[in-house]
Amino acid sequence: MSVLVIAEHDNSSIKPSTLPTITAARALDSDVHVLVAGAGSDEAASAAGKIHGISKVLHCDDAAYEHGLAENMGQLIAKIAPDYSHILAPASFFGKNILPRAAALVDVQQISDVSAIEGADTFVRPIYAGNGFETVQISDTPKMLTIRTTGFDPVKSEGGSAPVENIDSADDTGLTEFVSRELTKSERPELTAADIIISGGRGLASGENFEKLIEPIADKLSAAIGASRAAVDAGYVPNDYQVGQTGKIVAPNLYIAVGISGAIQHLAGMKDSKVIVAINKDEEAPIFQISDYGLVGDLFEILPELDKALSA
Amino acid sequence: MKIIVPVKRVIDAYVTVRVKADQTGVETANVKMSMNPFCEIAVEEAIRLKEAGKADEVIAVTAGPAQCQETLRAAMAMGADRAILIQTDDELQPLAVAKLLKAVVDKENPEIVMLGKQAIDGDHNQTGQMLSALLGWGVAAFASKIECGDDNVTVTREIDGGLETLKLKLPAVITTDLRLNEPRYASLPNIMKAKKKQLDTMTPDELGVDIAPRFKTLKVTEPPERQAGIMVDSVSDLVEKLRNEAKVI
Ligand SMILES: Cc1cc2nc3c(=O)[nH]c(=O)nc-3n(C[C@H](O)[C@H](O)[C@H](O)COP(=O)(O)OP(=O)(O)OC[C@H]3O[C@@H](n4cnc5c(N)ncnc54)[C@H](O)[C@@H]3O)c2cc1C
Repeated sequence: MSVLVIAEHDNSSIKPSTLPTITAARALDSDVHVLVAGAGSDEAASAAGKIHGISKVLHCDDAAYEHGLAENMGQLIAKIAPDYSHILAPASFFGKNILPRAAALVDVQQISDVSAIEGADTFVRPIYAGNGFETVQISDTPKMLTIRTTGFDPVKSEGGSAPVENIDSADDTGLTEFVSRELTKSERPELTAADIIISGGRGLASGENFEKLIEPIADKLSAAIGASRAAVDAGYVPNDYQVGQTGKIVAPNLYIAVGISGAIQHLAGMKDSKVIVAINKDEEAPIFQISDYGLVGDLFEILPELDKALSA
Repeated sequence: MKIIVPVKRVIDAYVTVRVKADQTGVETANVKMSMNPFCEIAVEEAIRLKEAGKADEVIAVTAGPAQCQETLRAAMAMGADRAILIQTDDELQPLAVAKLLKAVVDKENPEIVMLGKQAIDGDHNQTGQMLSALLGWGVAAFASKIECGDDNVTVTREIDGGLETLKLKLPAVITTDLRLNEPRYASLPNIMKAKKKQLDTMTPDELGVDIAPRFKTLKVTEPPERQAGIMVDSVSDLVEKLRNEAKVI
């Protein structure tokens, strides 16, 4: 039986989170279909068709799916679920929102945040903020999984030529009305797909300091900007910058943590980064226990110096 | 308006969790247990809606062993009016919990079920979304702001790229994110009062719900250790190492 991947997209392009999810699907079966459900989403569907390694795009274009509401997405996924052995979505806020709704409709216990696939019914996933990993075996069919995107390399977004098949929509539940969306505007790479991330914590002390001290360095390194919960709660940066157990899970080549103490909930989101740099004035800060390079000192002196050194 | 707030007893967020040597799970003996932080946020929000005159009753519900009464008392000490314990010593997975909660909702007919977006033990992040599906209600997951109308509720929720606002018909399910509010501490008099509040106990059997687990945990292992690296003395040293040793910039 085929495997279905629910594409995360904005009606015109496919989000990077979809690509590692397809890699996970290919570990289960070579026949991978991708569902693009949206409105005015032809561009997204044809972009999906170009993704390497998939055999078909299911395209459902209907006003009901314009904003990816969980109620309508759940209905649609449940409707086509019987055709598939596995249904996968990225474990982003998008996937976490819609897939459990679909799973309950077809009486399936979803497996969340799968970080490794050991067999058709056996999966590894983090628990307790990554303090443990459980290997679980599930009997339900289809198997519905959200995929921890840092656990799988992305497939190439180009080079494929899968056919796009239009499918009928499911009922519009009419339960929920979309009002508005306030997206953080940024020219920088997406946090979950960035090669380099520089994150700030409470030590930054203000939003202005993020602008003044973090942004120039991010610009020089073409890095994404992240933050600890404390920095987001204090309003220094928007919510979608949060890295951690309950924010975004990232694994860039280089993660620079500035003025972040290294609470377990933060580490849960970035511990798999290839190289970790910590800058903190407290030499006892737990972040140093997991960093490859640590620099003890005042970030207000270090960051301008770093900015200068990078320009050299 | 009636609000049901499901809550969960978990290992306290500030305890370092250790995997058992025999790989059957994590150490829970002599470990401090607390209400899941996201559930506290849900309780707080429900109580605030009551204090604002939008809700008239807040009912805390949990499923689990007898010790979970403590968690319900904690919710009542914060301000919940009464509580329901669905008592079982069996393992509960999110779909089973959603079914148990549906059975309670069918009896109580609340306008809102407000619950934490995830429990910090299993980190599943499923129960609210599943419950909404079983009930056929609208859902707003990861809420950071809630405004109650007469027959609808407007919720701002955290999404991948920022924030989104939805308007839901009531009844509805809402799951709470970190920035919705800061939960209060219960005062001593309220802790005393909570001891006298009504706490009903029922069982999954009485509710007619099959809670058989759907997945089996084969083993629980420790995360890969990450070795601490080196300390550098200066910014120039750091940049040199990143360029020539790690080769990441
Ligand atoms: C349920 C739950 C979920 C959570 N989820 C997350 C999550 O997803 N992500 C997350 O990040 N957190 C999360 N947390 C919060 C987490 O426990 C910590 O509170 C948070 O990560 C702390 O952020 P911080 O390191 O910026 O702040 P702090 O712990 O206050 O650390 C600030 C650091 O900055 C350093 N510093 C201060 N001034 C300077 C200076 N001038 N120069 C250099 N260094 C300086 C200090 O030495 C300190 O180490 C969660 C908590 C709970 C309970």
